[in-house]
Amino acid sequence: MSCKEKIAARAAREVRAGQVINLGIGIPTMIPDYLPESLGVFIQSENGILGIGPRCRNGTEDRNLIDAGANYVTLAPGASFFDSAVSFAIIRGGRVDVSFLGTLQVSADGDLANWIIPGKMAPGIGGGMELAQKARKVIVTTSHTTRDGSPKILTRCTLPLTAKGCVRTIITELAVIDVIPGGLMLRELAEETCLDEVREKTAAPLLVAEGEIARF
Amino acid sequence: MIDKTLPIDQALQAVHDRHTVMVGGFGAPGTPFLLLESLLAQGAGNLTLVKNDANEPGMGISKLLEAGRVNTLIASHIGLNPVVVAMMHRREIEVELYPQGILAEKIRAGGAGLIGFLTDIGLDTILRDSRQVMSVDGREAIFEPALRADIALIHASKADRAGNLVFSRSARNFCPLMAMAADRVIVEVEEVVPTGSLDPDGVHLPGAFVDHVVSLGELTPDYGVLPQHVL
Repeated sequence: MSCKEKIAARAAREVRAGQVINLGIGIPTMIPDYLPESLGVFIQSENGILGIGPRCRNGTEDRNLIDAGANYVTLAPGASFFDSAVSFAIIRGGRVDVSFLGTLQVSADGDLANWIIPGKMAPGIGGGMELAQKARKVIVTTSHTTRDGSPKILTRCTLPLTAKGCVRTIITELAVIDVIPGGLMLRELAEETCLDEVREKTAAPLLVAEGEIARF
Repeated sequence: MIDKTLPIDQALQAVHDRHTVMVGGFGAPGTPFLLLESLLAQGAGNLTLVKNDANEPGMGISKLLEAGRVNTLIASHIGLNPVVVAMMHRREIEVELYPQGILAEKIRAGGAGLIGFLTDIGLDTILRDSRQVMSVDGREAIFEPALRADIALIHASKADRAGNLVFSRSARNFCPLMAMAADRVIVEVEEVVPTGSLDPDGVHLPGAFVDHVVSLGELTPDYGVLPQHVL
């Protein structure tokens, strides 16, 4: 299993039966591969779909059926279509139970920065800001560090924010970390790592409960 | 009985230089590729375009942008079009970017005859620096003005001659909202059916919002499954 698959598989275990979830681009779009069909989850897509189904097999693509990342998708039983205003009424109205988002940076207070690197990358805001601010729960799925090894989990974000204090849980290839009122609480460690490595790669203090740390 | 069908060249005579043109579609589905192709040939310039995205290089509104017909693009996310991103960085076009649902709501509000609306989206971000922030019942809110256009160009799968529209799957997206928010609405459709044959319960947009219906012939490859997005 690649790092990304490991993160997606662990993130899938945060989803409860019947929930409405939204998947950002990148790692989150891999989560459905690890969701049992029996869970009856409704995957929402900003472009006007509630009820995206299993991965689209080659040759079965429908020219009028894509997700917000432009990938061809299938439908699950009970799916529905609507316009973009209704789609964001679902989001801003608080009907998305879990929003899975990738990130550039995330802070110990749950601040999220994932849409702009001033002077370098600013392709737009998309649906991320409204999802981050209004979903009932925001889970960040991300590599623990950037490609050059710099920490993405920081005491304070240095990039412009997407939303303040919105992140509940951070899932990386190394750890599952909850954002709690006192800071960052380590919930689980990956099998291949140790507490020291996670601390070294996290640029914010990490709270650890007493006793054995669960592994994933 | 009213018949809104019109040849494409005649319908596009309504578009003039410096017009604001809303263009339906989220990525390819819902993008009126033939109307855009014909608008390029028609020649109108100095346009302001409103679309969720910038399509992809060589497709849809990207053709108008690449041909220098557009001064301003109002959008949400143009990440799938590196050519237009580069034009934005070189300042060859002005680009205004909005959170996607805020863009949709600005258009919806324009269509519903409202001046604008209040929202808390982006209050804690750099967006607030360029917005009008006000206090309502002790809460801070951003005022977002409604958005209207001279022209809306949209795609639907079916229309009757009275302009009642049916969209297909994820091709609905911004199309009905834009049709409500423009002074002149031109729709290209894959199938024109006799008035009275659509189930009134199944009409997605009432004909009152539609001025011209253009019937598409055989669909070009832009309308098909795009190989670059097949897994």
